[in-house]
Amino acid sequence: MLYFSKLRILFITIFSVLFILIASSNLFKFDDSFFDKKINLGLDLQGGSYLLLEIDNEPVIEQKLQNLTTTIRNYFKEKNIKINNITIENQNIFFNVIDNDKQSILDVFQDENSDLNPYYPRFKSHQLEIEDTGLNIKVNFSKQGLIKLKTSSQDQAIEIVRRRVDEVGTNEPNILKRGNNRILVELPGLDDPMRIKSLLGKTANLTFRFVTNDENDRFGVENLKFENSLEEATVSKRIIISGENLLDAQPKMDTQNNQTIVSFTLDRVGAKRFGKATSTGIGKQLAIVLDGKIISAPVVRDTIASGSGQISGGFTFQSATDLALLLRSGALPAPLEIIEERTVGPDLGQDSINAGMIALAIGFMLVIFFMFVKYKFFGLITNVTLIVNLFILLGVLTLFEATLTLPGIAGIILTVGMAVDANVLIFERIKEELKDETNNILAFDGGYTKSRTAILDANITTLLAAIILFFMGSGPVKGFAVTLGVGIFTTLFSVYFIARLFTSIYVARNKDKEKLI
Amino acid sequence: MIAFNKYYSHFNLLSSILIVVSLLLLIFKGLNFGIDFKGGTLIELRASDSKINVSSLRDRFNQMDLGDVSVKKFGNDTDFLVKFENKDNKKNIIEEIKTNLDKSFGNNYDFRRVENVGPKVSAELLKSGVIAISLSLALMLIYIWIRFEWQFSLGAILALFHDVIVTLGVFSLFSLEINLSIIAAVLTIVGYSMNDTVVIFDRVRENLRKYSDIKIFELTNISINETLSRTIITSATTLLALLAIYLFGGEILKGFSLAMILGVIFGTYSSIYIANTVLVRLRVSQKTVLREDDQK
Repeated sequence: MLYFSKLRILFITIFSVLFILIASSNLFKFDDSFFDKKINLGLDLQGGSYLLLEIDNEPVIEQKLQNLTTTIRNYFKEKNIKINNITIENQNIFFNVIDNDKQSILDVFQDENSDLNPYYPRFKSHQLEIEDTGLNIKVNFSKQGLIKLKTSSQDQAIEIVRRRVDEVGTNEPNILKRGNNRILVELPGLDDPMRIKSLLGKTANLTFRFVTNDENDRFGVENLKFENSLEEATVSKRIIISGENLLDAQPKMDTQNNQTIVSFTLDRVGAKRFGKATSTGIGKQLAIVLDGKIISAPVVRDTIASGSGQISGGFTFQSATDLALLLRSGALPAPLEIIEERTVGPDLGQDSINAGMIALAIGFMLVIFFMFVKYKFFGLITNVTLIVNLFILLGVLTLFEATLTLPGIAGIILTVGMAVDANVLIFERIKEELKDETNNILAFDGGYTKSRTAILDANITTLLAAIILFFMGSGPVKGFAVTLGVGIFTTLFSVYFIARLFTSIYVARNKDKEKLI
Repeated sequence: MIAFNKYYSHFNLLSSILIVVSLLLLIFKGLNFGIDFKGGTLIELRASDSKINVSSLRDRFNQMDLGDVSVKKFGNDTDFLVKFENKDNKKNIIEEIKTNLDKSFGNNYDFRRVENVGPKVSAELLKSGVIAISLSLALMLIYIWIRFEWQFSLGAILALFHDVIVTLGVFSLFSLEINLSIIAAVLTIVGYSMNDTVVIFDRVRENLRKYSDIKIFELTNISINETLSRTIITSATTLLALLAIYLFGGEILKGFSLAMILGVIFGTYSSIYIANTVLVRLRVSQKTVLREDDQK
């Protein structure tokens, strides 16, 4: 127990020095990329914005069901099977069948290789569930179908969110999926998320549709409000072009009437359709509809064949810039709702860092002073261990580029307070051993051996708490779990290697000393 | 040697009262949940104009029709914490508030922190908090059940429950806010209290094997005394560290460190006066630990 081989001493020294070096890379710049790592500061320390967005999939489901009714209708029409009264209610499609056709309809839906009801070969579950209640058939999305739908709308949404955030140009945004209907956006350094929030809050579904007075329009009509006034207009549901047809959009100044406008360029398909519509629709009003509201409805004066055009609508330069950005980045598949927001200003972050560091320094000094008064030389050993422990802890956090949060700093301070426990258990045990044991070296050995189970138990219990916290906790609290958990390992290392090395040297030199501790 | 065992029954009575009172408080008064668990909006505001104070802020906010608004000083005279329910989960609420405050206070204030937690998220956070605490208690139970005999497990778990319940009881009594960091504190308390109990139990078991003729009543007292100096030193250094956080770590960590300080005090107390008395009441003897050894 007492003996440390040269190799072991070398290993301990190298290990400690390595981590101290890594820890110090937070303060100095190293040329070597291995050392040039830094602890990430959490949003609560560097300031920034945390937004949790939830995708509202209801409209997507409605839309998909709407499309499905057409598909189903056409599919059976082709096969000369009669279905009647196809309706959608509460996210279910209902239709009536005649008795003779029923079995063949059910077969179509239940066939493992059905092209109307896919997914079976891949997921061993169909996209649609079918329920047969007499002559009325009910069809809705299966569990698998819904999961697939949600993940695909999440995939699309995260892409659009990323584009929009990138366009605004914040530094190093962090955009992650959460579950299958949420997106987490972390924006370090951003203290006013207002603009991003309003950009992410818009679906940006753009359509160009004719204003019509014909109530019997083949595609159906709807009444839509204007964005900037209480007026309404009746608009055909027929979409001339949509946001998908846009190649580019930019805010511009219209020199003729000094208005801010958004100019856009269309892709080939869009340009063709736009040209055709404007040539046949001269004199009509073309409504530009964004998210269900009419921005403007200019009268078509001329055929526009160039594939470019402009939108006016009483924009300020800022709102034109934002609209152009939204149009460039594309429409979200579904509306997003911000269900959680946490924003910390940079000066509060700095204050938190300062307060945390002062608390750490004072806590550290109090503990060191206490240990020295209580244990004298052994207190000194504990204190040196404690300092090395702190550096190794910081080194490990740096090496893994862990995120340090304010509760994380609290975890470090707490580690300092609790780290002495193992050393105290050992020293107290050595003291006890010395009561019956005259041989200092044997007492020292006994102290280490007999305290081992208690130390292990004590640290495992804390580690268990830290692990649960890591997996259940969120945001800053996770940082606490990390420092507390890592702190346990560095503490055990420093106690069993560094402190023991010092103690063994001391005991070996003072093996005949009367009062060892 | 201090005769801790002289007061076993007194302190058992005290602990029982504490637990009952805490439970009554938790049931009838309940906990003061922060926006993390209740949903709502929180604004930390710093003012650079002495016109801005709790009452003028409260006046302003009450005019905005936000439901129940609470305005409090936060740390020093220029910092304020404003909380409200944001029942309708209005989207541009922060913008509206800013325009409104600009009218009365101009540019003499600054939002240092804004948190907005929707009802869905807060319900989920509360659920995961409860699961986390239950899971940690269950894991501790399993761990101690593997490591010790059942009598010890029971003692340790009762001590844990005592610490968690009484700490929450104090939070209920003084209407201190429960937020995410308090859950972290409670979990750490669970770990700490267990740690403290296990060290004493380890000694009790060792002594049970060593002495066959000492009754458990005496034996627990011997064990407590033998580990006492460690108990004191570790609690002291942990409390010193926590005190540093409480006094200098800033307003945000106040609740967390306070909960931890209470937990460490209760945890130390319960290791001595609850965990051990369970062993005494269950008449643990040398046989209890030797039987287990035979099986191994």
